[in-house]
Amino acid sequence: MTIASLPTPTAWTDNKRYLWPLGALVMFLPLAGTIGYQLTGWTISLWLGFFILYGLIPMADRLLGEDDANPPDAAMESLAKDSYYRWALFISVPVYLGMWAYMVWFAVSQTLPWYGWLGVVLSLGVGCGLAINIGHELGHQTSPLERFLAKLTLAPGFYGHFYVEHNRGHHTRVATPEDPASSRFGESFYEFLPRCVYGSFKSAWEIEKKRLTREGKSVWHWSNDNLQSWAMTALLWGAMIAWLGWIALPVLIIAAVYGGSLLEVVNYLEHYGLMRQKRADGGYERCQPHHSWNSNHVVTNVLLYHLQRHSDHHANPTRSYQTLRNFEDVPRLPSGYAAMILLAYLPPLWFRLMDPKVVEHHGGDMRKANIKPAIREQVIARYAQPA
Amino acid sequence: MKKWRCLVCDYVYDEALGWPDEGIAPGTKWADVPAGWSCPDCGASKGDFELVED
Repeated sequence: MTIASLPTPTAWTDNKRYLWPLGALVMFLPLAGTIGYQLTGWTISLWLGFFILYGLIPMADRLLGEDDANPPDAAMESLAKDSYYRWALFISVPVYLGMWAYMVWFAVSQTLPWYGWLGVVLSLGVGCGLAINIGHELGHQTSPLERFLAKLTLAPGFYGHFYVEHNRGHHTRVATPEDPASSRFGESFYEFLPRCVYGSFKSAWEIEKKRLTREGKSVWHWSNDNLQSWAMTALLWGAMIAWLGWIALPVLIIAAVYGGSLLEVVNYLEHYGLMRQKRADGGYERCQPHHSWNSNHVVTNVLLYHLQRHSDHHANPTRSYQTLRNFEDVPRLPSGYAAMILLAYLPPLWFRLMDPKVVEHHGGDMRKANIKPAIREQVIARYAQPA
Repeated sequence: MKKWRCLVCDYVYDEALGWPDEGIAPGTKWADVPAGWSCPDCGASKGDFELVED
């Protein structure tokens, strides 16, 4: 594992320090699109959030390239303790909640053609998807305030189960066939999505049931983290419906479903085909850096709070975003996560680009890969080296 | 003897039991567990554990 370090580590400064609030600023973009529409009358302006996600961010990643900044050991402690970073993250929560309420109001109160309405709802959905990533970062922190904010941030998109399932489910089963959130070789995004969503809800429920049973409580006890998160969703959605009427419900549902699908398409990228090997005693080897796909493009690094430095995230899950590091010798995607999302939507292209990478990673021995069960034997035989 | 819980997945390291599978004898204090040791369930680092208060 090589970490690029500077000759004078004490003098190290974070060159992205003042860029981190951009994660909160992008939450204004769907709203900016509606203002643009009111000023110009151009319906296309309502799709702003959507175009930025699929167009501007992948393009900017390509133009601005990779992010060579890595905090050296000597800078880690002060970087982790610097409360500026906590606040740079916190600020995104009220911005998101305000944007969410405004966009729902805008979608139901304005007279829009259907394609304008859809632009508003999907741009809102982009915000919901980004918010799940913010909830992810907050949900890994240990203070009660951060954990509360994590649930609150997941609530508008009805994704509270993620708070439970991600830490105690995904992080323990990552890169195994048992993990609903680890994609398998030969599995398209469209096969992965329903398996992952259903499996994650089920897993979240079982994890909390097990914990509460151990504590001698019913699964319906108020301290069930799933119930707490869903109650927040019921409260927020109920308030919007009380204010705007039932006409708000399709907006809430479509934005939540689309936002959730964005989180899951990123899940799809993160561990595709990678698998932890079984030990002699039947358990899995520990999750290691070669069990995650990484990217290090600067724009997506900032907007996703270093989520792409994914190997380090699994090795040090409570490490906050500003301290995550890029490693050289880990599985690497050809572009930033934002561009890879587009590819994941087009399975033939995805398979053509990624399958050779997975085969190469395993040196042709596909017995070591996480493969869709229906094609497992066939794949192993196809790539087996002649003895 | 103390217990340390993984903040990510709730695995508990019990000093009384150690982790003999990996050569960490029963009775090994948390401070004496090697720095590079990680959570057997989720792979989180030693720094991701906290002392269990009884």
